[in-house]
Amino acid sequence: MSQKFEGTENYIATEDLRVAVNAALTLQRPLLIKGEPGTGKTVLAEEVSKALDMELITWHVKSTTKAQQGLYEYDAITRLRDSQLGDERVKDVKNYINKGKLWEAFEKKKRVVLLIDEIDKADIEFPNDLLQELDRMEFYVYETGETIKAVERPLVIITSNNEKELPDAFLRRCFFHYISFPDAATMSQIINVHYPDIKERLVRNALASFYEVRDVPGLKKKPSTSELLDWLKLLMNEDIDPETLREQDAGKLIPPLHGALIKNEQDVHLFERLAFLARRERN
Amino acid sequence: MFVNFFHELKAQNVPVSLREYLSLLEALDNDVIGNQVEEFYYLSKAALVKDERNLDKFDRVFGEVFKGLESLGEGDIAEIPEEWLRSMTEKFLTEEEKAEIEALGGWEKIMEELKKRLEEQEKRHEGGNKWIGTGGTSPFGADGFNPEGVRIGQKEGRHGKAVKVWDKREYKNLDDSVELGTRNIKVALRRLRKFARDGEADILDIDDTIKSTAHAGYLDIKMIAERRNKVKVLVFFDIGGSMDGHIRLCEELFSAARTEFKNMEYFYFHNCLYEGLWKDNTRRHTEKMPTWDVLHTFPSDYKVIFVGDASMSPYEITYEGGSVEHWNEEAGATWLQRVTEVYENCVWLNPVAERYWEHTASTQIIKQIFSDRMYPLTLEGLDGAMRELSRG
Repeated sequence: MSQKFEGTENYIATEDLRVAVNAALTLQRPLLIKGEPGTGKTVLAEEVSKALDMELITWHVKSTTKAQQGLYEYDAITRLRDSQLGDERVKDVKNYINKGKLWEAFEKKKRVVLLIDEIDKADIEFPNDLLQELDRMEFYVYETGETIKAVERPLVIITSNNEKELPDAFLRRCFFHYISFPDAATMSQIINVHYPDIKERLVRNALASFYEVRDVPGLKKKPSTSELLDWLKLLMNEDIDPETLREQDAGKLIPPLHGALIKNEQDVHLFERLAFLARRERN
Repeated sequence: MFVNFFHELKAQNVPVSLREYLSLLEALDNDVIGNQVEEFYYLSKAALVKDERNLDKFDRVFGEVFKGLESLGEGDIAEIPEEWLRSMTEKFLTEEEKAEIEALGGWEKIMEELKKRLEEQEKRHEGGNKWIGTGGTSPFGADGFNPEGVRIGQKEGRHGKAVKVWDKREYKNLDDSVELGTRNIKVALRRLRKFARDGEADILDIDDTIKSTAHAGYLDIKMIAERRNKVKVLVFFDIGGSMDGHIRLCEELFSAARTEFKNMEYFYFHNCLYEGLWKDNTRRHTEKMPTWDVLHTFPSDYKVIFVGDASMSPYEITYEGGSVEHWNEEAGATWLQRVTEVYENCVWLNPVAERYWEHTASTQIIKQIFSDRMYPLTLEGLDGAMRELSRG
């Protein structure tokens, strides 16, 4: 249990994030990650699993996901059909139990990372239904009468986009970390990790206009890290001169190739209006 | 030091519980961090704060409590958690209780048990003695019931505060009558559900399948549509004026209702219902919808919820032309009466606390028009209102 997460070469983990991950790792409690979209919540689990050499099991939660599906599902229809066909398998109920992600994670001999992605998408009672299972890392299979207990308690990472509030009882059992939006210094570190040979001037100018865009009041959807990275890639592909980036900014306000940054029609309109006002003022 | 911190967080309304505090201590005990104060800050943040809205409060408290503290002695970190854990689990609780906690995993129980014991302690103490004796002779401490209570007293001179926190636990009705978050509202609104099967048949009807399979002699699969909440709700919000103070509460109610009910319509009115309603408050004077149209558009199986403080001059309800905004041909009471006649299920939710109702004449009049179906906008009241609506 002496493993510690220190971030990886592909992922810049701030110190508070590292502490939170290590606390969850040591105390074997779930870690709840919240933050603006695109700040790398899901990627964190992947990187933790890579850094600590643990297998990653991902459970994507949707609005229709039930807690039971994470444990197991009993496939009654197949069994009914097999009984019609006189299949031998029908005698053992175990053949018709489909293991869920939690079961899969519990069975592993080696400790794994279990990512429960976007838990807030599911029904409001979903987290409550998983309380016991996550707390004690065991559950009971009614059909076969066996209790499945985790061989090695997995490191559970849960992400939430804040669409629904999570129940207090659930929160009490977790460690919590809010990934705040990275500042310019962290951001250029992140960029360097992704594009090691990017021109520094381009980064500086692009970042400046990126944070300017984020600061525009009334934006419906602020561009996030992943959008910035896409945008930079485009800028590099098009081989746009860093200086024009700045110049155009002053005159036009809309950065070139803004489609990668601004994904909302209303936001584009907003920018066009602002650009118009800026031009009028200059004249 | 940490106990103080914990209490200070509680005092500043950061929702921390014992369980979280203990996991912080457990983490310290397990050497998750070194002895840098920053690391301690990050760790306690991860362990104690569960909602980004509270991060700011947490930071303020942290700054206050650990002012001027740059490095923590290792001894402190190692020592205190152990004491706490030991005293919590061994001195306070019997073997059965320990087993119980393990079985239930619930700290609520422990809290209650602790509180009960403290109360007992208080009774035994009634002899004119001081709550805590000086010089360490207090039976309160010697008893071993509340060792760290005294410990805190000695260290920080804040024993009174420690007990106060326990005392605060006494209003465990808290969730019931005061704190009304979106989540709680949603859960209360769930009472108002009317399931019906509608739409595409995409779920296996096991009972029917078994029946028809047995009947036909081959596998005959029957499908059925999924159950969905079919309840239809019509909400009227009082807006502006005296309602301004209740805006947050109403917004929470509104957002919860929006996601909970698929068929929900809402309209705004001011103070009392008259011949016009509107949907967009910024254009209230230009885009009014006649109340008659509303009554005719939505069939009588809609459940009607009025949200308003019902506090106004009685004339605004009972007289023609009583409205503060315009000349109304018919009295507000007539309109309210019409609504209650069209819709069998209607309630009035009032954000004003129930104890003030009898002092306001207008509240009494409306309550009468609604045949006493006025409920306070608390969880309990909401629960009652939903029960009333789901009748019939």
